[in-house]
Parts: sequence; structure tokens; C-alpha cells
Amino acid sequence: MTNTARFIPDRLESPLERRLKSWETLLLAVAVGIFIVNSFTSPYFLNAWNLSDMTFNFTEKAMIAFAMALLIIAGEIDLSVASIIALASTAMGAAVQVGVGTPGLVLIGLGVGLICGAFNGFLVTKMGLPSIVVTIGTMSLFRGISYIVLGDQAYRGYPSDFSFFGQGYVFWVISFEFVLFAIIALLYFVILHKTNFGRAVYAIGNNAIGAEFSGIRVARVKFILFLLTGLMSGIAAICLTSRLASTRPSIAFGWELEIVTMVVLGGVSILGGSGSIPGVVIAAFVMGLVTFGLGLLNVPGIVMSIVIGLLLIGVIALPRLWEKWRA
Amino acid sequence: MLMKAEKKSEPASAENDMPVLTLNGVTKTFPGVTALSEVSLELFPGKVTALVGENGAGKSTVVKILTGIYQPNGGQIEIDGSPIRFPTAQDAGDAGVTAIHQETVLFDELSVAENVFLGHAPRGRFGLIDTSVMMDRAREILEGIGANIEPRTKLKDLGIANKHLVAIARALSIDARVVIMDEPTAALSQKEIEELYELVEELKTQGKAILFISHKFDEIFRIADSYTVFRDGALVGNGAIADVTEAELVKMMVGREVSQIFPNREHNTGDEILVVEGYEHPTEFADISFTLRRGEILGFYGLVGAGRSEFMQSLFGITRPSAGEVTIDGEREIIRSPADAVGKGIVYVPEDRGRQGAIAALPIFQNVTLPSLGRTSKNGFLKLAEEFKLAREYTERLDLRAASLDTDVGNLSGGNQQKVVIAKWLATQPKVIILDEPTKGIDIGSKAAVHEFMAELAAEGLAVIMVSSEIPEVLGMSDRVIVMREGRIAAELSGDDMAPETLVRHAAGI
Repeated sequence: MTNTARFIPDRLESPLERRLKSWETLLLAVAVGIFIVNSFTSPYFLNAWNLSDMTFNFTEKAMIAFAMALLIIAGEIDLSVASIIALASTAMGAAVQVGVGTPGLVLIGLGVGLICGAFNGFLVTKMGLPSIVVTIGTMSLFRGISYIVLGDQAYRGYPSDFSFFGQGYVFWVISFEFVLFAIIALLYFVILHKTNFGRAVYAIGNNAIGAEFSGIRVARVKFILFLLTGLMSGIAAICLTSRLASTRPSIAFGWELEIVTMVVLGGVSILGGSGSIPGVVIAAFVMGLVTFGLGLLNVPGIVMSIVIGLLLIGVIALPRLWEKWRA
Repeated sequence: MLMKAEKKSEPASAENDMPVLTLNGVTKTFPGVTALSEVSLELFPGKVTALVGENGAGKSTVVKILTGIYQPNGGQIEIDGSPIRFPTAQDAGDAGVTAIHQETVLFDELSVAENVFLGHAPRGRFGLIDTSVMMDRAREILEGIGANIEPRTKLKDLGIANKHLVAIARALSIDARVVIMDEPTAALSQKEIEELYELVEELKTQGKAILFISHKFDEIFRIADSYTVFRDGALVGNGAIADVTEAELVKMMVGREVSQIFPNREHNTGDEILVVEGYEHPTEFADISFTLRRGEILGFYGLVGAGRSEFMQSLFGITRPSAGEVTIDGEREIIRSPADAVGKGIVYVPEDRGRQGAIAALPIFQNVTLPSLGRTSKNGFLKLAEEFKLAREYTERLDLRAASLDTDVGNLSGGNQQKVVIAKWLATQPKVIILDEPTKGIDIGSKAAVHEFMAELAAEGLAVIMVSSEIPEVLGMSDRVIVMREGRIAAELSGDDMAPETLVRHAAGI
């Protein structure tokens, strides 16, 4: 048989060609467009410190969005992320009251995130419950605990060195959060696009049964993804709590939808199976630029969410319309 | 035959001479493929026309054109001699064309009546569905086809045969003049098949024109009045069924005379590689014990539902057995997951290729390397060059036809998808390969290639388990055959005991 075999080329299209035609390229063009428009509409936009401030609009959400992207690509979702932030922040606040120092607070933040992620992962992978139902439940549960503990009170009195995570600068206008965001983006890029684990994530998202039949440990991979999402929520909780220097039970309220929006805007299919980390990075910048640009023009918050909503629908719909028009 | 002759001698009524539905030089092309090229077909009232052809001959395309799912690129559809177009499925229904599909599309959570009338339920005041009228009419139709089913039952509470009757009732609920039956007996037992034949006779007396698609020659000769043969999307022959023989039909279908020839194999088997003892599952199978040697092909024969696939999937770690032991290469092993099975050298090519076998939206090379990523990577990091190398090695060995290794598996034909799945497993260098209905739904040419390849694998010392429901295949390929019935081993046959009658007797328990 071997001598009759015909040669099959590896690829017909180089990776570069494919990249040029990709969603990420379109999104990058949108980002650049918004940047240019912003720099004309407001004289304050092109200012290093203002741009640096702009990044705080998305860094914490984006950290979670990377883990969420993997989870959505694998065909699951975690809507409890913002509530994990609330619970982790509340736990840290309570620890401050009994005199725990910064290293302890960080461990508590990460630990609560991991425990919440493990709880979600357990319910989904071991009990076989749908993740959307499980995490809508834990969304109420986690934040509910915060409300019981705090009521209408707030925790304050965080140690002064704790403020570095959300308010510190590494170099000139480059904030600690932005550096952390960049490192995490790189890490997730490597995990998703360069490792066996990332390949398994795509396989599961496209056909979980087929992946299982191919010897992939589907439940284990999904459990790890829930753990990662919980961990990233813990990290975001540390940054956000540090930045606000206080904890209220309403902290990060509604973020889960903004995070999912960021992931979908980044080109991740909500049905699972496709998407990329660069896409999510660009989507983070797009959302940051839009909210910041509108903020400079004193546009109220509600209008901003309308604009973000329209942007999401527009960017998702345009390629479909384009395809239809061509066909 | 005698009956048919009598019928023919009846004076043909006027409308019998005029076809209800005619396809005139219909062509359908897809990017890069011509599915149908200028085919013609005539369906007469009160007559059954059998449409035969190999997989890929264009039968399904015709069905889709007649039911408004595909639009032809050329040619004409005529009803009662006047041209008509079916832009949507609704239009085909309105024109009186209905189809009973191979795999019926029904809805488990809806009632029987709702399934029957979905999309055209009788309306009452304010345009709301008139439930009582719907129930009554559903009951009428079901009784008309001899189905004793309460229309209020939820579909999920019915057995597979009754579901099929519901599908038939659904097809008849629109006042059809043309009924298309696409392999209607594929999922039915012999008794149900008999009932279906009666139904076909009933429909004939009602003057409906029937297009009957089937792979089974016995039923074609039993119920059809005329035949039409397609090959590679073109019409190759038609006429009265009384004027043709089975051999002639086969010759038209494949374009050559075919006798199923299986590769000659030397039966030199090696050491015991796999020993299964007392495998049991609470509901699917019990007391399964056998051994398998290197270089051996062990056939598993049985009726659909005998528990063969269920047992194989359990051996592969998909479902846990409640009892039983596996010894591989002299080592007692516990297999809890497919990952374990692959690690121990047991791989499984499933029957359900689309869902379980391949990951359609991923490219060929990623499908092939999925279980072997440990070998093509370094410390968990992907090495694409290694992946392409491994994928090329095994896909070329299987003579895969594809534009590139970067092509999505979903874009390949069924036979080539099967090759990707087999390549995926061979790349793991297994000790035992389980092939579940490896040639189901593959055309005759590809079948021969798969058989040849199986023989080659066995010759290289791989132990092969082949689950098959086709007796010629089981007998032609296997060194030994295990017959399963109702979840148990009914017989283990080798040598001269391997005869068709023996297999059937043990499988049916007579």
C-alpha cells in the first residue's frame, strides 16, 4: 500500500495567511480605529497617564477572561466569577480585622478562588450538572455569603503594602496590574496554543464524546479549567480589593457578563470549540478604549453599556452579513 | 411473482399511465462535486418504484431535492406534467410530497399527536392549535396504519418500532400523493418489516406513488413494481422489476460484476495477548469470557441489540463493568477510562464515526495525533513538525485522500473519515484494535480496502476484534467467531463450524 500512497501536503495555506484573514485581524483594525477616533475627539486622550489609567478598565476583568475563554472553548461557562471576587474579597477583609498581613491576605484570596472553582468543577464534572445552571446557583451562593457576613457594612483598614497590587507602578506609567495582565496573557497564550492541554481543550469543545473516545480525560481537563477560572477570580479579587482599599458585598457586581462579553468579542465561539487568546487581548483593549474614550467625553455609564452592547452585536454580525452578501 | 403478473393483467386505469411526479434531467452540483447529473425519474400512482445505488450514488440528494431541502441547478420537477419548484420543505409538502427518512427526526418531549402534526397542526379559534381535533385525527391516522398507539403518549415513552410508526403517521398526516421511503426498514425487526410491507400495499391501493430506497434486494423484489438505478450521480437503468435479476441490478449499481472476495490470509496466530474473564454489566451483557492471540482476527456476530458494542465500549473503558477481569500480555489490568485502555494498548474504532470517532471541526493531523500527543510533544509542549510527521506516516499508509493534512476531518467523505480514525489508533501502536462495524455505510470499493488493510494488520501481529452484522464479512475475515445473543456469548465457532446457518441459528437462539 505504501508505494501507491500519494503525497498529502501539510498545509495549503501558511499560518501567516490564515492569521491575516482571521477574526483577530479585523478586531485589531477596530481597536486601532477606536484609538484614532478617541485621539481626535478628546484632547486628554493621548496622554501617557490617562492611557495608563485606561488599562485599569480591563486588566482585572481580562485576567478572568483568559481563563473563561478556555472554559468557553471547552464548552462550559462560569457565571459565578464576579461572586467569587466578592467572597474572596470578603474573606480577605475579615482576615484584616483579625490582623492578618499582606502575604496571608494574598494566600486567602487565592485560596478562596481555588475552593470556589473546585466547588463549581466538582458539581459539573462529578455530579454531571450543566455548568450554566451550577454557576448561576453559585453566583447567588457566593455573593449571598458576602451579604450575610457584611450586610450594609464595608471592610476597610487594609495594610498599606497591600495597596501595591492595585495601585502600584512597576516603571513610570506601567502599573503592576498591567504587567500582571501581560504575564497572564502570555501564560494563557502558551497554555492554549502551545501545549497538549490546550489541544485537549479544543478537542473537548468541538466534540466532548469524540475526545473521550480518543483517550482524553475530559472530566479532568474541565475540572482544571474551573480551578483556573476560580484562581484567576482570586487574583482579580486581590487586585480589585487593593485598588478600592475596601470591600463591600456589591464589589464587582455584574462583571460576569462583561467578562463573557470580552471573551465573545474576542472571537471565542459561545458554542465552544474555537477562539484564541490574542483575540481576547484585543477585545480587552477595545472595551477599555471604548469605555475610557466615552468617559473622557462625559458620557454616562448607561450609554457606555449600550455602546458596548451594540459593538458586540455589530462585530459579531458584520462577518456573517459579509459572508451572506458574498454567497 | 404470480401476484404481480395478475396485477399487471388488470386494465390500467387512465391516471395510471400518467406519472404523478417526474424528474426531468435534474442536475445538482456542490462546490467541486456533481452530486446528480441530468437524472430522470418517474413515479406513478399506486406503484412502488425502488431507487437503488451505492453510497454516494445520489439517492439522498434526490430525496432532498424532492422535499425542498436542496434546489437543483438544472432540469425540472413536474407534478401531473406541469413544472413546479420546491423552494422550501413547506412547498414540497403542499404539493403532496412527503418523506419517511432513514433516521427519523422526531421530538422526544412532545406527544405522539404533536409529533405527527408538528408544523401543520389543525388550528381552531384565534389560530391556536385545536388539541382535541389534533388528537382525533392523529388517532385516525395511526389506526389507519394499524398502529395501536395512544396519541397523548409522550414520544420518549415509545419503543423504537412505535417511533417509526409515528414517523410514518407524520408523513401521512399531510395529504400526500407521493411518499418517499428512505431505507425505512433499516431499524426494524422482521415482524415490523412485515407490517411495513402491508402498509405499503395499503398505500398503493390508495393510489399513492411510492419511491422506495433500500439496500436490501429481498425487499426490493418483494414490494417494488419498477426500479431506477443511479451510479455516481447518473441514471444507469430503469424498468419493471419483473424484467430484472438481482445480479443485473448489482452490475448496474457498481458498473462491474461483483463477487465479494476477501483477502487470502495465512492463519498463523501468536501468543495470547488478551484474556477477558467474566465481564458483566447490570443491564447490557453478562459472563463474557474469551481469549485473543496476536495476529488473530476475532469476529463478533449477533443481532442488533445483542450487546456487542456495549461490551466493546466497556472493554475500552467507556462504561464500567460490574464484574470481570482483563489480562493484557500476561498482566492483570483495570481499565477505568478510554485513556487507560489506550495506555494499555487497546483501541476502539466506533460504529458512530461522526459522534465518537472523529472530531469533525479539527484538522486531520490534530485528529490523528490526539491520543499520541505524549509522543509528539516535549514536556507537554506541542511540536507541530512531529505531529505532521506522525500524521503523514499513518495517513499515507492508509492511502487517505485529502487536500492537505490541515483539512478539517468534517470535509472528508465517510470512508476517508474512517481512515483518519484508524490512522489515529494505529499511531498509538496498539496491541489490540477493536473495529465496530468497520465497513458500515462504506461503498463496495472502500470495503475491500478496509478488509485488505485488516488482513495486513493481523499479519503484522496486531490482534483484531471485528464486530460486524454482515455474515459474509464475518466469515470472510475472521479466524474465529463469537456469536452473542441477549448480552451473552451464545457460541464460539472456528474452522468448519463457521457457516452462515450456524451463525444465524446461534444469533437467533434456535
